[in-house]
Amino acid sequence: MNAGVPLSAQLINLFAAVILLLAFAMLAQRRVMPLINLFGLQGLVLAGSTLVVAVTTHQAHLYWSAGLTLLLKAMLLPWILHRLVRKLYVKWDVESLVNVPATMLIGIVLVIVAFNVAQPISLLSHTISRGTLGIALATVMLAFLMMITRTKAIPQVVGFLAMENGLFLAATSATYGMPMVVELGIALDVLVGVIILGVFFFQIRDQFDSLDISHMEHLKDG
Amino acid sequence: MDMFVILLAIPLVSGALLTVAGERAWAPHLNIIASAGTFLASALLTVEIIAEGPRFAFGEQFFIDSMNVFFVALTAFVGMTTSIFSGPYMKNEQAHGRLSKPRLRLYKSMYQLFMFTMLVALTTNNLGILWVAMEAATLTTVLLVSLYRTPASLEAAWKYFILCGVGIAQALFGTILLYFAAERVLGETGNALLWTHLVDVKGQLEPAIMALSFVFLLVGYGTKVGLAPLHNWLPDAHAEGPTPVSAVLSGLLLNVALYAILRCKVLADGAIDGDFAGNLMMGFGLLTLLLAAFFLGRQKDIKRMFAYSSIEHMGLITFAFGMGGAVANFAGFLHMTMHSLTKSAIFFAVGHATQKVGTQLMADIRGLIRINPVIGWGLMLGTLAILGMPPFGVFASEFMILTHAMKHHPWATPILLLALGVAFASIFGKVQPMVFGETHAKQLPHAPAITPVFVHLAIVLMLGLYIPPYLTRWFHEAARMLG
Repeated sequence: MNAGVPLSAQLINLFAAVILLLAFAMLAQRRVMPLINLFGLQGLVLAGSTLVVAVTTHQAHLYWSAGLTLLLKAMLLPWILHRLVRKLYVKWDVESLVNVPATMLIGIVLVIVAFNVAQPISLLSHTISRGTLGIALATVMLAFLMMITRTKAIPQVVGFLAMENGLFLAATSATYGMPMVVELGIALDVLVGVIILGVFFFQIRDQFDSLDISHMEHLKDG
Repeated sequence: MDMFVILLAIPLVSGALLTVAGERAWAPHLNIIASAGTFLASALLTVEIIAEGPRFAFGEQFFIDSMNVFFVALTAFVGMTTSIFSGPYMKNEQAHGRLSKPRLRLYKSMYQLFMFTMLVALTTNNLGILWVAMEAATLTTVLLVSLYRTPASLEAAWKYFILCGVGIAQALFGTILLYFAAERVLGETGNALLWTHLVDVKGQLEPAIMALSFVFLLVGYGTKVGLAPLHNWLPDAHAEGPTPVSAVLSGLLLNVALYAILRCKVLADGAIDGDFAGNLMMGFGLLTLLLAAFFLGRQKDIKRMFAYSSIEHMGLITFAFGMGGAVANFAGFLHMTMHSLTKSAIFFAVGHATQKVGTQLMADIRGLIRINPVIGWGLMLGTLAILGMPPFGVFASEFMILTHAMKHHPWATPILLLALGVAFASIFGKVQPMVFGETHAKQLPHAPAITPVFVHLAIVLMLGLYIPPYLTRWFHEAARMLG
């Protein structure tokens, strides 16, 4: 960081870096409860960074979306997931992650790819937070990697939600957020999705006595 | 009152009503009456649009033109016939003890809400709302796919949710990029995601961003269309869910997702020099077509096989729209209509057949013609129609696509012919013994609703022999909108 960059831009970059760091931490976390906490923390940082963009640009609807993010992603969703985990008795579910270092290395490669893809677009952007577009794309890709490598249902869903966090970061960094009606719609979809998944978890557990997705590999062709 | 408001209100209100009172004796009737009402509203809306031209609703948030009103009418029609079919079908499932009353309530309310989300997706002018409605359509059907609560159906629903979730996330990223490109031209007003505004400035949108955006949108919505390589959810969801759900997924949801891609293609074509979007769609279409054709022969489950057939046809349609131009677009729209009608008719027949013999395994289904001649002939005629035999309408559209490909993209012709040939051999070889052969099976407690099968097939047959001039004009106009 050089002195020529305004404080707000530095703050946004800092927040974005923390979000990326949390994405890596989630990738390596084996326990369910800490994973959900990390996700909640990511939501909190996301809300913080949106707030900074809102304060610097005086965009009224960004205050709303910062508040919405705080409410939904930092509080409501982690709370629902916590409740689910407690009700499902999978609190101490530890996953035997295959080869954390290898996953991390793949993650680093993904980050480099994401930065290269985002580079030309960031140059076209005029927003204060444009530098974070690469980070946003990297967060999406890391969440995607998490969904692929996990075998348990809840971590897969947390990966799915983290992907949405990355997309939200992309929306506030490339543009100053989507129109309000769209953002509300997306938030509603995410919330309904998590509630439906909650119902769904109970169905899965009743059938398989476990939330391990690797039990569900019977549907094949031929 | 405004016909468009009525169109959206009927499924929403009846969906809510069925959620609270879905276990009453009149609930199945309400499901049918609501679907019929939606169809009536869509027919009146169509007449209005044809007479008075495109219009807006709710400010500029909704936009109905000749392209989407055609999908609205088709969606409402298949929605209505499927609800008629599902009446006795679901009663039989209940009699067999496979479904309880609360689950039937869930089915009926989700069915109406699913219709609502699809109608919103088709008529919205806002590409952000389009995304929200597409995701909502997934959410309403996830619990329907797992309605039987068997291990296989839960697995299918999980796969459906996760794969479509990943796909739809890509589409959201594409939408964000699109908004980013549009904002540079249209400014930070709320209009930068409105399709009608975007079309006016499509030549000024930054080509590099639009190209990247279209790739994400195509892969994202393509997941829901069933385009390879993210098509894996489709056969599972179709095979494990209740048959009415398979019928609307295949006949309607895939169309709506393809419609979303077409709307985005218009913008991408305007912004990017050359035929980038078209070539991409042709590539994905051919890959999907070829892959599905070769997987067809390996299927043992009848619903899985017809699900792969849907993937195959979606590949063909995507290829047709990828070629572009008036003729190919016309053929694409015609084929979408034919596929929707024929495939849902097939699923109706398959649903009754599997209920009769109590299995979905093709090896155990024999001699349908003897058990119930009407179902047997329905399945046979439907299969012949979907395989593109003249005089059914699928033949007309496939013929147009093929001849257009020969003229403009001769390299693709052998691939198309090979895929269609393989598909024909696989499907016909399997359906033939199922229809004609020896068997014993018992009667069903509730007489099946056969009329929808033959209504659909009759329309497909009629359109194969004669397309009414107003329909031709309509297709032409829709094809022209695509450019």
